[in-house]
Amino acid sequence: MIVAEQLTKYYGDRPAIADVSFTINEGEVVGLLGLNGAGKTTILRVLSGLLLPTAGKVLIDGLDMATEPEEARARIGFLPEAPPLYPEMTVEAYLRFVARIKGFEGAIDVAIDDAINATDLAAVRQQPIGTLSHGFQRRVGIAQAVVNKPALILLDEPTSGLDPVQIVHMRNLLRGLRGHNTILVSSHNLPEIHQVCDRIFVLQEGRIAAEGKEDELARKVGGTARVRLEVRGSAQELSSTLASLPAVSDLKIEREGDGFTLAQVVLDGDAREELAARLIQAGMGLRRLERVEVELENIFLSLTSGEPEVRS
Amino acid sequence: MSNAWWICKRDLGALLRSPIGYVIIFAVLIIDGLLFNAWAVGSGARKSSEVLEIFFYCASGSTMLASVFVGMRLIAEERQTGTLALLATSPVREWQLVLGKFSSAMLFLSLMTALTLYMPLLIMVNGRISLAHIIAGYVGVLLLGATSLALVLLASALAPNQLVAAVLGAAVVVVFLLMWLLSRIASPPLEDVLAYLSIHDKHFRPFQRGIISTQDVIFYLSFTYVALLMATRALEARRWR
Repeated sequence: MIVAEQLTKYYGDRPAIADVSFTINEGEVVGLLGLNGAGKTTILRVLSGLLLPTAGKVLIDGLDMATEPEEARARIGFLPEAPPLYPEMTVEAYLRFVARIKGFEGAIDVAIDDAINATDLAAVRQQPIGTLSHGFQRRVGIAQAVVNKPALILLDEPTSGLDPVQIVHMRNLLRGLRGHNTILVSSHNLPEIHQVCDRIFVLQEGRIAAEGKEDELARKVGGTARVRLEVRGSAQELSSTLASLPAVSDLKIEREGDGFTLAQVVLDGDAREELAARLIQAGMGLRRLERVEVELENIFLSLTSGEPEVRS
Repeated sequence: MSNAWWICKRDLGALLRSPIGYVIIFAVLIIDGLLFNAWAVGSGARKSSEVLEIFFYCASGSTMLASVFVGMRLIAEERQTGTLALLATSPVREWQLVLGKFSSAMLFLSLMTALTLYMPLLIMVNGRISLAHIIAGYVGVLLLGATSLALVLLASALAPNQLVAAVLGAAVVVVFLLMWLLSRIASPPLEDVLAYLSIHDKHFRPFQRGIISTQDVIFYLSFTYVALLMATRALEARRWR
């Protein structure tokens, strides 16, 4: 288990992170989401032991990073934004070197095989890293972060600089690591966080502005719910029926024709039952009523701008 | 200790797999060979022991020069390419990193120095010199090389990139080389202190003549130790940035 207690880090007079506390349980995949300069990289650097915090405490499996730094660092796998690679080494020799300096005590050959299989690097195992493509080099970066079977894997923007196909590969790779590893991944790439993480920390100006699963965050944004509905009747009828319902704050017609109307409605609070009752009461045949997932991007914009924003 | 060994092994391998290592060896052998032929042997009649002294004098200069090019990359290159983050987030202590880096560069300098051995052997075959003189001279060259290497490594630990490390390292080495000049214009007791701190002048001359003096060995070893200790502290301090 990873515990961060009231972490603060100053660069000169400027606090990069201020009073950040959180706990990450074993096997969890947590996303750090924030704009550039929000403090994502600083948090990862402090957790990895690369930087010491100005104040606060980091515990990795109960080991204090300040008083037992070597023991704590042995339990960490860290992929910085620029993968730390030696271009002249082959993939295998590099992973062997990493496993050794990380103090890995198990069977090194097995650990290297596991890391190579997890990151799908078997084909380039004996190639010098400098000759590999950018996508492969990123994968070698992940392999070095997992080769010592760490208690916590820290990934700083693992998909940055990758093309769309490589991003899909990377996402699959992260999914593959799920369940076996505790991972903290930072990103400003919203879909990446959304699809891979169990929990999300939204960072703003060095503080955690919000924390939770995606739907929990959506609720924090202001309790709005977006639903899609299909009714028998015209758009005008629908519009006039909903006009008298105070919970409806926005209506967008998506399609109209053949006597049916498909629309998206934004409700203040979860007023779906009330909405259904009103439609049936008005004699409009309700064919479909479903909640539309609030996009993470909206949550993110709302949390970081401080004002709820719902796109229509 | 094993961490220092893994780092040393990787570093030496990288140096021997890259062209830079061979370019440095090539350049040093050319310079030493040229000076040996043109100065030590070719500039008038001399006793063979004097020829050997001039050879060691030249070798000391080329070794210091090589130490700048070998030492500048040691830590600054890791910082530049981002691999320092790997070492700094591993359970490697700073002194292990510094020791590993220093050992790899020292092994390289020793290998390079060993390749100049044909010149003293030529003198031995064609003249009259003692094996002890050769050994003493090489001990001096390696001790001086270790000292200048440690100074450049300290520069490499402080500098943001290799170029700055090279300029800073070379400047520090030259300053300690020229301390004897400074001592001439200083008044006592500073005069003696500056003369003592000069890394070449007083301390290297006995080795050049074939004498291994304990106090000079201690001077070089303690100088090297202090520089490496400062490099270790510089790396430790970076976590507090």
